[in-house]
Amino acid sequence: MEDAARILQLIVNGAAAGCIYGLIALGFVLIYKATEMVNFAQGDVMMLGGFVAFSLIATFHLPYWVGGLLAILITAAFGYALDAFVLRRVIGQPQFAVVMLTLGLGFIFRAVAGITWGYDSVAFNTPFTNKTVNVGGLVLGEDNLSIIVGTVLLCAVLYLFFSKTRVGVAMQAASQNQLAAYYMGIPVRTIFSLIWAISAGVACLAGILLSPVSMIDVNMGFLGIKAFAAAVIGGFGSIPGSLIGGVIVGIVEQFAGYKLPAGFQEVTSNAVLLLMLFVRPQGLFAERMGKRV
Amino acid sequence: MRYLFRTHYQQDITLFRHNGDRFWYGLLVLLVLVAPAILGEFYIGELGAVFIFAIAGVGLMLLVGYTGLISLGHAAFLGIGAYVNAVLLAKGVPFLVTLPLAGLSTALCGAAIGRPTLRMSGLYLAIATLAFGSIVGTVFQKWTAVTGGFDGFAVPTPTIFGYPIEGATGIYYVSLLVLVFVLWVSANLLRSPTGRAMVAIRDSEVSAQSMGIHLARYKTLVFAVSAGMTGLAGGLFAHYVRYLAPDAFDVLLSVQFVTIVFVGGLGSLRGAILGAMFVRLLPQLIAIVRDDLPFGIGRLPGLEPSLFGLVLVFVILFQPGGLNGMWLKMKQWFRAFPFKRQTSFRRQKSYARSERLR
Repeated sequence: MEDAARILQLIVNGAAAGCIYGLIALGFVLIYKATEMVNFAQGDVMMLGGFVAFSLIATFHLPYWVGGLLAILITAAFGYALDAFVLRRVIGQPQFAVVMLTLGLGFIFRAVAGITWGYDSVAFNTPFTNKTVNVGGLVLGEDNLSIIVGTVLLCAVLYLFFSKTRVGVAMQAASQNQLAAYYMGIPVRTIFSLIWAISAGVACLAGILLSPVSMIDVNMGFLGIKAFAAAVIGGFGSIPGSLIGGVIVGIVEQFAGYKLPAGFQEVTSNAVLLLMLFVRPQGLFAERMGKRV
Repeated sequence: MRYLFRTHYQQDITLFRHNGDRFWYGLLVLLVLVAPAILGEFYIGELGAVFIFAIAGVGLMLLVGYTGLISLGHAAFLGIGAYVNAVLLAKGVPFLVTLPLAGLSTALCGAAIGRPTLRMSGLYLAIATLAFGSIVGTVFQKWTAVTGGFDGFAVPTPTIFGYPIEGATGIYYVSLLVLVFVLWVSANLLRSPTGRAMVAIRDSEVSAQSMGIHLARYKTLVFAVSAGMTGLAGGLFAHYVRYLAPDAFDVLLSVQFVTIVFVGGLGSLRGAILGAMFVRLLPQLIAIVRDDLPFGIGRLPGLEPSLFGLVLVFVILFQPGGLNGMWLKMKQWFRAFPFKRQTSFRRQKSYARSERLR
């Protein structure tokens, strides 16, 4: 019984961590589907979002919900500006130029955050910090549960947004065929910037949800590397796939930390990623796609 | 102005285009050969490090600049080369055997990583090498039986035919020799059918494939060659630092290598060397001006990585040709002297290129 409870505990912790990876991976996938770019600075955008939330909530004493929402909006606006002023200039350059550009941006974000907020870890008070709930004899941290619930809610909102609203459908259209979308009168450039905004907002939400579990610091952007594993497992192009991939990576990582000797846990996500590339490189939820010359 | 009048097909593939090239490159080789007699020990050491980075840069240039693939794990290959060389030397294997072995073993590692991922788009290679780099970094730290962990690993002094290669000058000459060898191999590779296939893959994978180029085979070959050259650089790097620490081979170093390629200028071997000079000289420059900067900017932690990031962003946005492109523009300006026009170097309007087909 003791063992079963322990395993359930690990699964919940892993799923919570996995939801964070999944949310970051969701950011990759949204941008990749639309623009064929991969934002290697996604983890650093999450870090910036976390710090903005910290400023609003801990420094300006806004309530958690108001501050969090405001932080998401600010980060989303930042994402919009990032696309409109920087990324749009490299359209037509080869794919790896974008990889290096976003990597470089990540270094700059880290330096800016270090100058603005310092290099120490910070945290702010959330309604979920250090609280537990007892579910049938199983003690679960509210912080972990809040991550899972938050992710599920976000997915519902995104699903409704993409299927029911005009802008959401326009985004789907622009992702599927840019030229046809132009002909239909969709402002594709604005739509792409909006997608960057959504992706930055999702990253900020991940940062806020993560803050009660682990503190916010300049180097938390390295979680982005683990999120790649989630995106690749999901097939790099499937939104539910990236979340499921994230949960898989999170749970595997928890069990590796529990069963294997120390030092293995930190490489698990990378090992899972490489294994996936060896065995089934197109991911679990691959879309079959040809290539254009 | 010089007009090249082609009278023979052989002229299209010669290593040096005309006698001017031969003269200036010969002068350059002469200068580097006598440099240790003129410059001090410190500068020779730094120049040797530039050579070592240039070797890795040339390797990466073949991959990024000529084949259009990107690797974010070349620091791991440098580390593997360094440890293979150092550990074998410590076991008593002669230097003339360990250095090629360092290159060979990394080439094999590269092929093993490249083969499965190169079936997918180039993006997957970037992600896979990033993961590979971080795994290898952890292995260096945890596998204390071989690498000594954080205690470090003292690299023995190499000997060639009984003569010990000591000090900065010894490493300088060996690095120079290896750099010239690597440049010669690359230049020959690039004018062979293999090199033409690489460029074709870079420009369009589908067109290359329809011309009968086996994509996965060529990509794996280039990745292995690139990793092998970086492994050679790693073997020399071990002697340059003399004391191997496992945390030296991190993602930042990989990003520095790619910075060499981008800042130097994609698609030119000269660019790899210019880029290596830039990447090695930037930290020295920071160290010199650190104390004179206003507002305490010089004492900020993480100044160096952010400067690398900034340079990378500016080069990609405003000067995609890199240092080599700047050099070519300058040459063109002098060549056409009073006739430079506003539109001479204007970049073409570019459009989004989609690789998808539905």
